[in-house]
Amino acid sequence: MESKTLSTRLHVDFPIILGIIVVCGIGLVILYSASNQQVDVVTRQAIRIGIAIIMMLLVAQVPASSIRRWCPELYVLGILLLLLVIFFGDIGKGAQRWLDIGVIRFQPSEIMKLAVPMVVAWYLSQRDLPPRLTALFVAILIVAVPVGLIAIQPDLGTALLVAAAGGAVVVVAGIRLKILAAFAALAASCAPLLWYFMHDYQKRRVLTFMDPEQDPLGAGYHIIQSKIAIGSGGLYGKGWLNGTQSNLEFLPERSTDFIFAVYCEEFGFMGVLFLVCVYLLIIFRGFYIAYNAQEIFGKLLASGIVLTFFVYIIVNIGMVSGQLPVVGVPLPFISLGGTSMVTLMIGFGILMSIHTHRRLLSQ
Amino acid sequence: MIIRESEQVYHGRRWLVFSLLGGCMAVLLWRAVDLQIVHQDFLRDHGDARSVRVVSIPAHRGMITDRNGEPLAISTPVQSIWTMPRRLLDSDQDLAPLAGLLGMEEKQLLTLLGERSGREFVYLKRHTEPDLEQKIMALNLPGVYRQQEYRRYYPAAEVAGHVVGFTNVDDEGQEGLELAYDDWLKGTPGAKRVLKDRLGRVVENIESIEASDPGRNLQLSIDLRIQYLAYRELKLAVAQHRARSGSLVLMDARNGEVLAMVSQPSYNPNNRSVMESDHVRNRSITDVFEPGSTMKPFTIAAALESGLYRPDTFIDTSPGFYRVGEHTIRDLRNYGSIDVAAVIRHSSNVGASKIAMSLEPAQLWNFLTGVGFGQPTGSGFPGESNGKLNGYNSWSDVELATLSFGYGLSVTALQLAQAYSVLAADGELRPVTVLKTRQEPAGVRSMSAQTAGHVQRMMQAVVTNGTGKLAAINGYKVAGKTGTVHKSTRGGYAEHRYLSLFAGMVPLSDPRLVMVVMVDEPSGDQYFGGQVAAPVFSRVMSGALRLMNIPPDDLPSLPGQVIAGHGESGTVH
Repeated sequence: MESKTLSTRLHVDFPIILGIIVVCGIGLVILYSASNQQVDVVTRQAIRIGIAIIMMLLVAQVPASSIRRWCPELYVLGILLLLLVIFFGDIGKGAQRWLDIGVIRFQPSEIMKLAVPMVVAWYLSQRDLPPRLTALFVAILIVAVPVGLIAIQPDLGTALLVAAAGGAVVVVAGIRLKILAAFAALAASCAPLLWYFMHDYQKRRVLTFMDPEQDPLGAGYHIIQSKIAIGSGGLYGKGWLNGTQSNLEFLPERSTDFIFAVYCEEFGFMGVLFLVCVYLLIIFRGFYIAYNAQEIFGKLLASGIVLTFFVYIIVNIGMVSGQLPVVGVPLPFISLGGTSMVTLMIGFGILMSIHTHRRLLSQ
Repeated sequence: MIIRESEQVYHGRRWLVFSLLGGCMAVLLWRAVDLQIVHQDFLRDHGDARSVRVVSIPAHRGMITDRNGEPLAISTPVQSIWTMPRRLLDSDQDLAPLAGLLGMEEKQLLTLLGERSGREFVYLKRHTEPDLEQKIMALNLPGVYRQQEYRRYYPAAEVAGHVVGFTNVDDEGQEGLELAYDDWLKGTPGAKRVLKDRLGRVVENIESIEASDPGRNLQLSIDLRIQYLAYRELKLAVAQHRARSGSLVLMDARNGEVLAMVSQPSYNPNNRSVMESDHVRNRSITDVFEPGSTMKPFTIAAALESGLYRPDTFIDTSPGFYRVGEHTIRDLRNYGSIDVAAVIRHSSNVGASKIAMSLEPAQLWNFLTGVGFGQPTGSGFPGESNGKLNGYNSWSDVELATLSFGYGLSVTALQLAQAYSVLAADGELRPVTVLKTRQEPAGVRSMSAQTAGHVQRMMQAVVTNGTGKLAAINGYKVAGKTGTVHKSTRGGYAEHRYLSLFAGMVPLSDPRLVMVVMVDEPSGDQYFGGQVAAPVFSRVMSGALRLMNIPPDDLPSLPGQVIAGHGESGTVH
């Protein structure tokens, strides 16, 4: 009999929570600089972090089996809310994303970032693995419906993240490489069609991404400034609060989506290495949990959550450093804002639940 | 067995997932290396190019004060509003409030910005009032900036405008002493490296490359109190006699300092929008005129210096006119046979002509040049005229004759004042200065002190007993000479256009203050120098004597003295 460890009793995974706290700490430090040393901005963000961590710990107390039971309901609720947004949503920054329910406004698409991988994991875990074509088709439909609803809001960034989250579960569930390759080819051939359906600002973003120097004062401005900020950090950075590009408002969106550039300018390549290492620690621990999960549902969902987290990081850093087009994806636990952080924290709460609510198996 | 099967599949997927993951991370890290290490210098330079600027620090222009330190020109910091039109136009902001504050139509502003949209720097409003500047900056428009400059204020306004001059909007001297001493006053602008944010606001001074070197102050010899008095009296006289213009110069004969210098009409250097170029001229130094009878004391002095004449030498001026070639020189009436002193007292043209014709032309020319006629005064004023005195080789008889009573040569008021200062300073010529002198400049002797003394006494008679009675000042012995000049026009002399002059000095026991008053074309009934210019002399000079604490030298003539004493003591100090 193995004795119950502290970790199991509290349903907390210490490596992950340590990693998250370190990243959040870095986030607050760099936010202080990026917000021009506004203490109240930092304080509010700290409160958001606190709330999100509490939610993570609460979710971790729920056994994975209970989570699994509620997957379909959560998914259906999410779909209904997305439809509500389309008909009654608020318009914020030119897109219909927000739902105002009296006291708070929130983005239902955010629910889908978790609900989609959950329901895909729930569905596939009941089928044969690797999934047959019919199951695969159903799984893809499960992913495609919310992605489509989010994309027409329009919120391309979130749609891609939701697709990535669902797709990640499908991929780890086992999809033949041939089929995967076929999908990639289909996606590539659909690109012109996608282009046709894109909004003007989305097209502009893609064009700008191709050649930012074409319009250095307009659409290319973000990327050029961001690259300059990153590059002028050098090996060791300019030091905390000393970043000129970011602190002097040359860098747009510097406390939200582009905060990584501020970090790069002030802490340099060494700082980047450190941050990437902490992120990798969280990711590897997540895969370790997925690998050691007792049930297929846990394995699939844990892998999906970790891969989503990874996609967040890759897309944000790739965008800030000019390797990917600009899509509104925050840097996990560092960018200013609460919504995506709560979602991610709940995801990690599920991860902890999967890891700590183990049925005792006799050898 | 399902689990076992799927576990095999998982191995494959794990490999795929990990390699994808590792690949992505590698690409990202390589990007970081590429940006932060390989291209670091290039990007850092680019960053600095966006934020680091060298700006010039305007230098404070020196202050101009009168001899007592009263400010005549001072620089105060003001803000000028400028814009980068492209940035302002691209901002899509509502420009109506800005246009309103600038006092123009929005359309007008848009046209202005549109026309200059290729430029990096366009002034919107220079030297704004602090209130307006704050309102404009509060609009918080992108591409609208301010720049510190200095604005020049002239507290004495019209009173000293001609002397001090003015600067243009770029703080460069344009007229008067502002122009003459521009290099002295202007200082050297400095430069500093600053950090600017995206909106162009200076957020940090990184280093001072070169501190701005403020200009030096300039202390004038002008006494603002006397200047004001002179301004007031001359203005009054010009208005009263409906004259075209006038000028007045008051000098300290001992050291050549100009104490007051005014011209009419005047202008306000603070408000140049309504300025007429004709009013800006400092007539005391730019406008030349024929000195007329005010020349006679020098003719007499030259005669005394020649040794051919003594103050009591008699000259026959009858019958009141004198033919020289085809020309006739006339007196107002026939004075008969009079001595040299009476030639001045009566202002006899015939007497002066006869004396001049008996002199050696070269000797007369040398003498006149020696007291400054046709020569620079040394005041250093821009635009100063030297007057004109032809060489004696070209003098005809009639020219020599008319020269003796002040025709055929031209002088400025300042020149005439300098020449009278030579008489007042017992025969020594000193350069004129508008700056307060630290020590008395050495004089150059132009005539003997004895000659100067004789002429002084002859001129005293003009005031006590001749044409210049209205120049008298209670308590002081005054010497002077009136002049009423027929103005020359093209091809001859105009019949009814005159120039009224008075030149004199005080106190005669130890002459110190010299003044020349010139009123051009008085159009009323009165036009004689003794009627128009002499009263101005008296009023300004009596004030100047009081302000300069110069003790009276003619106390017995003070009216009311005996009454004041109630017959007990007879005199009062």
